[in-house]
Amino acid sequence: MTLGAIVALLAATVVAGTAILFAAVGELLAERSGIMNLGVEGMMLVGAVMGFIFTVLTGNHWYGLMAAMAGGGMMAAIHAFLTITLRANQVVCGLALTIFGTGVSGFLGKSYQGTPITDPFRAVSIPVLADIPVLGPIFFKQDVLVYISIIIAALLWLLLFRSRWGLSIRAVGQNPAAADAVGISVSRVRYFCTIMGGVLAGMGGAYLSLAYAPSWQENMTSGRGWIAVALVIFALWNPIRAILGSYLFGGVEALTFRMQTAGVDISTFYLAMMPYLLTIFVLVLVTIRRRSEAGAPAALTVPYHREER
Amino acid sequence: MMRYKLIKRETDSLASRIIVPVLSVLMALLFGWIFLWLYGINPAETYLRMWQGAFGNSYAVSETLVKAIPLMLLGLGLSLAFRMKIWNIGAEGQLYMGAFAASGIALFYGHLPALILLPVMAAAAFIVGGFWGLIPGSLRAYWGVNETIITLMLNYVAISFVDSFIFGPWKDPASLGFPLSPRFSPQAYLPTIGDSRVHIGLLVALLLAVLFYFLLNYTRWGYEVKVVGESPASARYAGINVKRNIMLVMLISGGIAGLAGMIEVSGITHRLQQGISPGYGFTAIIVAWLARLHPFAIILVAILFGALLVGGFGLQIFGLPFSIVLMLQGAVLFFLLGGEIFTKYRLQRVRKEGQ
Repeated sequence: MTLGAIVALLAATVVAGTAILFAAVGELLAERSGIMNLGVEGMMLVGAVMGFIFTVLTGNHWYGLMAAMAGGGMMAAIHAFLTITLRANQVVCGLALTIFGTGVSGFLGKSYQGTPITDPFRAVSIPVLADIPVLGPIFFKQDVLVYISIIIAALLWLLLFRSRWGLSIRAVGQNPAAADAVGISVSRVRYFCTIMGGVLAGMGGAYLSLAYAPSWQENMTSGRGWIAVALVIFALWNPIRAILGSYLFGGVEALTFRMQTAGVDISTFYLAMMPYLLTIFVLVLVTIRRRSEAGAPAALTVPYHREER
Repeated sequence: MMRYKLIKRETDSLASRIIVPVLSVLMALLFGWIFLWLYGINPAETYLRMWQGAFGNSYAVSETLVKAIPLMLLGLGLSLAFRMKIWNIGAEGQLYMGAFAASGIALFYGHLPALILLPVMAAAAFIVGGFWGLIPGSLRAYWGVNETIITLMLNYVAISFVDSFIFGPWKDPASLGFPLSPRFSPQAYLPTIGDSRVHIGLLVALLLAVLFYFLLNYTRWGYEVKVVGESPASARYAGINVKRNIMLVMLISGGIAGLAGMIEVSGITHRLQQGISPGYGFTAIIVAWLARLHPFAIILVAILFGALLVGGFGLQIFGLPFSIVLMLQGAVLFFLLGGEIFTKYRLQRVRKEGQ
């Protein structure tokens, strides 16, 4: 393999990891506040279809992105209402969200299958930085959403670990009763984090339909939402580690794709299993090494209501 | 100022246990009605077509039952895991692995008489499906690895694995390039009831429901499963082997899903092919939950959801997407989850100043 090929592979790695990064960072925020949302896959699909439809209709990918964020956010709002206000089981509700999102996106996108878009997100070279050898083409000749995803992950780290807000969010996820006692509104924080998580998942979906593919196909996320959920555990609820994790998965996807096109003599079906097997492997490894869910917010999946304090 | 407050019920009322699921189905249909109407599709006509597709004539009814059989089996298997709060969402993959195992037996030992062949196929499917469930089960039992994600990932692995066979070594040379295994020998076909497509898998499912009812309510093990689900800590204190129970439940849950896979290939497709299941593994999650994990209720709810699937397939003839069905399924679950709070709590009006 030449250096050029390796650089191209790593650049493809970043692209393949970006959708997962958006979604993982969103889920991480929600989980930090104590809400587990297994509907990431559904929220991404709704984001992908909304982003695509609005880009086709308006001809402007920024409107598409906004529609995707709204779609993901609305999906997450259903989860928030059911699990926070009505104290529904978070696991089952998340599954419902995924099934519902698959259905809604398939329905809305039916007539858009195979439609081309004139205005996808295209790679933008950042002056000077793009000319750095090796690093330039990998990180600085990408589309805007790649930059945005990294900035969001970094900002989220600052928010969570270096701000009063972040302290409140972590307190709510760790010990809601104590947070309540010092005057933090537990449900308001949880609503905010869950809905923002959905907005980010929607952006992840839009990345697939507006930059990565760029097209709409039913079920186009093909498990990336679930990989994002697993990644949050791998990242130990830390956004910076989520960046690394996303690119690890992106790398496997990019490599698989290249091996298929290069005609490597491994059945494509076994190559197709790789991201899922890697998810299993990584999850098992992290869990065993850290002795169960160390680092998980203590109140994750536990509804909070004052009367039963 | 008047406010409402939720007061915990001492016991959940029987009425609410039935009313809430029924209402949630009705609310979901209403939601679908509004959604279709907003989208410019005639809702009355759509629902009528779905109804006719599912119950319109004897063929429709038999198709509904055919689709309900795997949902019954999977729903029963899942209900066992859910009782212990083990979130097996890998029934889809376990079904495919069972179908794979049964097909292997049928393809290579197809000359055996049906009385031997069918039980061996069923056993192989149960074992392989069970093994597929036991992987996440033991990871969870011994190391606390999140079973939700592992079971889901194994779905993708299982489907790719089956694909590798039907596109590869097991591909029928006479299939004109389609990814299908050769047709099984007639000894590997499940007997049907009358001259319909309904096969004796229905009886298997009904017997299993009775067995489950008995096991859960009248045996020590059934009691253990309940205790582990409600409080693993007190289960351990009471000397119940929680690890063993987690693995056992995942083995059985996966095994039954595998059996459902065998029943699909042996009773319906008569060969291994793609898309044996149109997402039965996921629909069954809703079936089990809507039935509140009660074995007999699972049978009834499975028929309802079988009808929904058949009705949805019928819509495609009229150019409407099947995804409407998934939307309705998700909505049923939303309303059910939202309504459940009223089985556990009741609303009481309180005066704010009085607090």
